[in-house]
Amino acid sequence: MADHATPNPDRYFVPAPSAWPFALTVALVAILAGVSGYLEDKHIGPVPIYAGAVLMFYILFRWFRGVALESEGGFYGAQVDRTYRWSMAWFIFSEVMFFGAFFGALYYARHLSLPWLGGEGSKIATNLQLWPGFENAWPTNGPAKLNGDFDTIPAFDVPFVNTLLLLTSGVTLTLAHHALKANKRTATILWMWATVALGCAFLFFQVEEYMHAYGDLNLKMASGIYGSTFFMLTGFHGMHVTLGTLMLLIITLRLMFGHFKPESHFGFEGVAWYWHFVDVVWIGLFIVVYWL
Amino acid sequence: MAHHDHAHDDHAHDEHHGPEKGIMRWIKTTNHKDLGTLYLFFAFTMFFIGGLMSLVIRAELFHPGLQFVDPEFFNQMTTMHALVMIFGGVMPAWVGLANWMVPMMIGCSDLALPRINNWGFWILPFAFAMLLGTLFMEGGAPAGGWTMYPPLVLQTGNAFPFLIFAVHLMGVSSITGAINVAVTILNMRAPGMSLLKMPLFVWTWLITAYLLIAVMPVLAGAVTMLLTDKYFLTSFFTASGGGDPVMFQHIFWFFGHPEVYILILPAFGIVSTIIPTFARKALFGYDSMVYAVASIAFLSFIVWAHHMFTVGMPLAGELFFMFATMLIAVPTGVKVFNWVATMWKGSMTFESPMLFALAFVFLFTIGGFSGLMLAITPVDFQYHDTYFVVAHFHYVLVPGAVFAILAGVYYWIPKWTGRMYSEKWGKIHFWLSAIFINITFFPQHFAGLAGMQRRVPDYAVQFVDWNVWSTIGAFGFFLAQFIFIFNMLACCYGWFGRKQGLPDRVWEGAHGLEWTVPSPAPYHTFEVPPVISDNEVTAAHDSVDALDKHKLS
Repeated sequence: MADHATPNPDRYFVPAPSAWPFALTVALVAILAGVSGYLEDKHIGPVPIYAGAVLMFYILFRWFRGVALESEGGFYGAQVDRTYRWSMAWFIFSEVMFFGAFFGALYYARHLSLPWLGGEGSKIATNLQLWPGFENAWPTNGPAKLNGDFDTIPAFDVPFVNTLLLLTSGVTLTLAHHALKANKRTATILWMWATVALGCAFLFFQVEEYMHAYGDLNLKMASGIYGSTFFMLTGFHGMHVTLGTLMLLIITLRLMFGHFKPESHFGFEGVAWYWHFVDVVWIGLFIVVYWL
Repeated sequence: MAHHDHAHDDHAHDEHHGPEKGIMRWIKTTNHKDLGTLYLFFAFTMFFIGGLMSLVIRAELFHPGLQFVDPEFFNQMTTMHALVMIFGGVMPAWVGLANWMVPMMIGCSDLALPRINNWGFWILPFAFAMLLGTLFMEGGAPAGGWTMYPPLVLQTGNAFPFLIFAVHLMGVSSITGAINVAVTILNMRAPGMSLLKMPLFVWTWLITAYLLIAVMPVLAGAVTMLLTDKYFLTSFFTASGGGDPVMFQHIFWFFGHPEVYILILPAFGIVSTIIPTFARKALFGYDSMVYAVASIAFLSFIVWAHHMFTVGMPLAGELFFMFATMLIAVPTGVKVFNWVATMWKGSMTFESPMLFALAFVFLFTIGGFSGLMLAITPVDFQYHDTYFVVAHFHYVLVPGAVFAILAGVYYWIPKWTGRMYSEKWGKIHFWLSAIFINITFFPQHFAGLAGMQRRVPDYAVQFVDWNVWSTIGAFGFFLAQFIFIFNMLACCYGWFGRKQGLPDRVWEGAHGLEWTVPSPAPYHTFEVPPVISDNEVTAAHDSVDALDKHKLS
């Protein structure tokens, strides 16, 4: 940014050349190549994965730090602000479609492939010839009873507590937002810490639940289509909660460093959008994965 | 011309950076023109590699029986040819053209997110290094077809995780590129450039970007399920666990069908730009063009299972997807009609971009008609997985998408480099391409109708004649492209004594903001938003008022 000594809010901010994106790709590819080697038992060791991960976090820190400093330095006019709004909205839309693939798989299994395996309609021969005796049911690990009998996690148990935790975190985040707009910074930071704490509590219960599923219920990824959809949906959701909590934490720390103004704080709002999105996905999960 | 001066008038703010020197310029660049150039060089490199793979396929099919490669390697070639051409060739070429042209067409200084733009590009060489690297691995490259259907694809050797992660990376690149273009179009238009005044290329790219953001994550989800099925014991696509291999096909084609419009919609935009220029008339039916593209995009989400008519769907599904697919012919017909009507009574000239655009209209329509034939479920039972399908999608992709890319490069290379290409060699390139591409793919219709299976290295002797023609055409087409490469590189590097010094408006019939900046376009354009005159607006110079003004001037 040496070239951009003075901010000019009338002109769209065009950043100086940057090596971070290239370096980020190198880090990512190191991780993916390492994981590929691991999956194919090539014994190349974990070094590329760890080195790539460390490099990735370092780059992301430096890159986002630069963006935060540009923002605080007044380089971003109203138009740049709108760019971030549009971009975040489109990004969340892409995330919705990503989850849509897994929700679609769950729908397809429950309403199409399992009834067909059970011989519904014109698929009677499938049932009689290939999977005799299989009856459509849910939950199921399929006609071959993959990985043996298992139990499921009841909806109105820990998952319901988790629902309440996430919904509450949405409220505390909104309270933080209102406090920020009213320029009550201490209240903002406290509500933010409350939100981060609720996110961590949710993650704690999710991990407990996974350990319970694997240890006591014999519910595993290998447990047929139920285990597949259960762990894919809750797993990717959990990763998003982890990322969201990390983002909330960073925003909280930035607030403590004095970043953001009552009238200009899209960094905060973007993370809030993301958190609400993660929240809504959980509601969908709670209903179609745990409850129905 | 008053609107002309804005590009030159404001160089007072000298603090802005020019390009860096050497290789670091390209690694660190955030400039949309640099990145557009990188994208295009990358795309044409991939076209070359993918083209070599197609020559392996065509050489093997020159004669029945096995002669050059073993069947396993043949399958690797068909799989890799498709992945390289789609994700490495056509898609990056569109992003490259969007990089170069969208900011200059809507009057803004750069794409909305320049650093993300750099990231989106630099993912691609790494992703394709991973993908092409699988050719040298134990078990070879992926060979189950680019559609990656389980359970076959799960038999891939060491290449498998590299395939999956390469697809993930390409997806990240596409999504970031699409978000960037969409946000640029929505947020950075110069004052007065309302949505229905935007050039058609910008419109088609906006809708393409929407499709990309909607479906690339679905592909990511699909290949992630493949990955967990292979390594983490899930059973999404395994019937014994309650899943279904056909489910993959549904999820894949929910991505795959919008994907084919991702490959062709920007081509519509380019043809809609070039034909008015060389017919010296305003585009006929601007609004209907926009609505037609939007309708095609909408319909693309509800036709996916026409790729799976023979898989054993319920009858209601077959009927729904047949009729929904046929509906697409309506907006597509609107577009073809509008292109023809634009030329009606125009004063036409036939420079290279126009020749490619005209060939596009004619040959893409042939591909469209064979698509209609394939849409009819009962006859698709006969056509499915034959060379008729191969002929169909190559007609829409090569004389469709690739011709439009070539047309666009011919059309804008004088603006990019400030040097005019050789018209004589452009025309030779066009005629060789147009003739050889038809020699390559037209006989495949007949071979397919007669029952020749795709993706098989051997065939019955009755198909020999068609395949001999096809192979001759493929080699001819491949060789003809070197004319293009040298013609364009000569513009880039000033070979053969080509001098700069073209007017701003290189084509006298061209309209649009890109023709108000100098040729070659300076490193930074429109740092201050331009004032837009009606003369530069696609839709406005179609209106009666503007036409009257046009006649007076």
